[in-house]
Amino acid sequence: MSYAQHEHHDFLGASAQALADPTLQQALTRLTDTLLAGNRRGYAALADSSELRDHAKRIKEHSLAHLDQYLEQLEASVLKFGGKVHWAATAEDARRIVVEIAKKANCKHAVKSKSMTSEEIHLNPALEQAGIEVTETDFGEFIIQVAGERPSHLVAPAVHHTRESIARVLSKHLGEQLADDPKSLAMVGRRVLREKFRQADMGITGANFAVAETGTIVLVTNEGNGRLTTTCPRVHVAIMGIEKVIPRFIDLPVFLKLLARGATGQTLSVYTTLITGPRQPGELDGAEEFHLVLLDNGRSKVLATPFRESLQCIRCGACLNACPVYRRIGGHAYGGVYSGPIGSILTPLYDSVAANPHLPHASSLCGACQAACPVKINIPHMLIGLRELQHYHKPSRWERWAYGLWSMVLCRPWAYRWALWAARLLLRRNAQNGWLSQMPGPGAEWTKVRDFPAPAAKSFRERWKELES
Amino acid sequence: MHVSLMITCLGDAFFPDVGVATVKLLRRLGVSVDFPQAQTCCGQPHFNSGYHDDARDLARHAITAFAKSPLVVTPSGSCAAMVKLEYPELFHGDPTWHDRAVDLAKRTHELSDFLVNVLKVEDVGARFDGKATYHMACHLRGLGLVDEPLRLIQKVRGLQLVPLERYDECCGFGGSFAVRYPQISGAMVTDKAAFIEKTAVDAVIATDAGCLMNIGGCLNRKGSKVRILHLAELLAQT
Ligand code: SF4
Repeated sequence: MSYAQHEHHDFLGASAQALADPTLQQALTRLTDTLLAGNRRGYAALADSSELRDHAKRIKEHSLAHLDQYLEQLEASVLKFGGKVHWAATAEDARRIVVEIAKKANCKHAVKSKSMTSEEIHLNPALEQAGIEVTETDFGEFIIQVAGERPSHLVAPAVHHTRESIARVLSKHLGEQLADDPKSLAMVGRRVLREKFRQADMGITGANFAVAETGTIVLVTNEGNGRLTTTCPRVHVAIMGIEKVIPRFIDLPVFLKLLARGATGQTLSVYTTLITGPRQPGELDGAEEFHLVLLDNGRSKVLATPFRESLQCIRCGACLNACPVYRRIGGHAYGGVYSGPIGSILTPLYDSVAANPHLPHASSLCGACQAACPVKINIPHMLIGLRELQHYHKPSRWERWAYGLWSMVLCRPWAYRWALWAARLLLRRNAQNGWLSQMPGPGAEWTKVRDFPAPAAKSFRERWKELES
Repeated sequence: MHVSLMITCLGDAFFPDVGVATVKLLRRLGVSVDFPQAQTCCGQPHFNSGYHDDARDLARHAITAFAKSPLVVTPSGSCAAMVKLEYPELFHGDPTWHDRAVDLAKRTHELSDFLVNVLKVEDVGARFDGKATYHMACHLRGLGLVDEPLRLIQKVRGLQLVPLERYDECCGFGGSFAVRYPQISGAMVTDKAAFIEKTAVDAVIATDAGCLMNIGGCLNRKGSKVRILHLAELLAQT
């Protein structure tokens, strides 16, 4: 099964729908404004945020360059403390592995803390099919699970909901009429989820980081559900992409300093949970069994391409908040599990370049994503790289021809002068006060929403002669 | 000091006044200017659309056109970014052109960069009687020129600078992006124009032809009285 496994979807239709939805627009603005302001405040509060971000990037570069070695070290460290390690080449392998663990340990009720990796492999339906009840325990994830939706933001999965719609969804699910004030909704969440935690015999998490040296899995959450998920049930399964490994324990603070700041502006997330293996003799808490699932699912292939930098992503969501496109069309318009600028890279890479023709182009390349990214991933460059790749997978003959002709003209100053003259002749006739309200050809798309400037009566190169004298 | 002007294709065709203002400003500051006639377009449209072979052709053309220029100044952050950041990248596998690309990249400066960091002037003796606001072009972020234009603007006599909400958010131009996704781009520029209108200024200042045509086109469609003004035009006025 493919990585993104999304219905190959109508980007234009979905984004138009989002743009026409004032409630969604308001929710997106409110969330992204708050988080982006937090991101900037967070970096500004660090004495040397740019250097720290470079440092984090170098650690990621190094880890990826020696990924084989660090993954084996991680495996050995986890085994040393009595944990089990499973290698999953594909999403299907990962699903099978988790279901088998559950069956072997006779688990019937699973609780999950928020994990994009588990979304990526579409774990919940597989567990349910195997007769295992699974409950998302991050409140946002719980809401979208109940509503049967996909997350629309990396860290705020239910941003597309309002408190009214949340009350509606939960009322229907629980069969009782709920008030729509945030506090009572949160109390309902707590009531329902506490009961699930009590019943659960299996806890499923992702891993924000995994330390090769010590075998430690690191989870950051704001709701504390990660801690309950890893301590209440008998069995704990952590699923992580292979790129999440970092070499040493002392590398961890570098990322902890940046992750929460980048995501929300917090100095540190409310809960940072470090788990090293199952419960040890004499310990008071922790799962009896600990399993770590290492997921490849296309990552090792990307490692060998110019898109390797995308594997540095720590899934903080900052690029989404900064992106003027995401801010207007929201996460669902992107059609994949991952959305926003980084999603526009991950979805084509792991799903299909040809089947996602819009994503690499749906960016003005403004660079706000890179400026916000804690590891300074050059997202614009990779989007351009994907645009180039697209010409091999799904070339548009007329576009190729038009750009080719255009560059032929531009390489010949006489032809360029002639083209200037022709454009002037064609466009100046209909201009009013120097502006055109209707353009021919592809320009018609431009003038749907704004006017286009008419070429000047004299180009600069013609006026240069006057300036020379 | 002597520099060559890189006018950029959009500036040449649509905003020749910006080029004239740049020349006047530079001359006033004691810099002599020439204009290599072979120059056309930096190739960014081709590069951004993934036609990298075409972009390389255009880069070679530009590198040759400016081969003799001791310094190159351009009133465009976008084209400066293309030359400074992307040209060297384009020629990774080609040592001869890579060296020439790196050399041109070093010699090329966006206007505010040239004034503040090379000439070391901030007060260029300009005057503007009225209220203005400033929109930051995205490529200035890539070039690390976040303060330079503002430092120049703040020294303009008579100018009352009104802060612009989300001044550093993209206006929605993005070259082919504006044509491929007019609805998304339109939503972006509509917001931008609304923020500008809210400031009740006489003019909005920007450093790039792309932003000016996009923002100006939206303001004009709305019948707004706010003028678009390139930084060079502002600074050339006395
Ligand atoms: S690309 Fe950077 S900003 Fe975006 S989610 Fe990943 S780490 Fe965060």
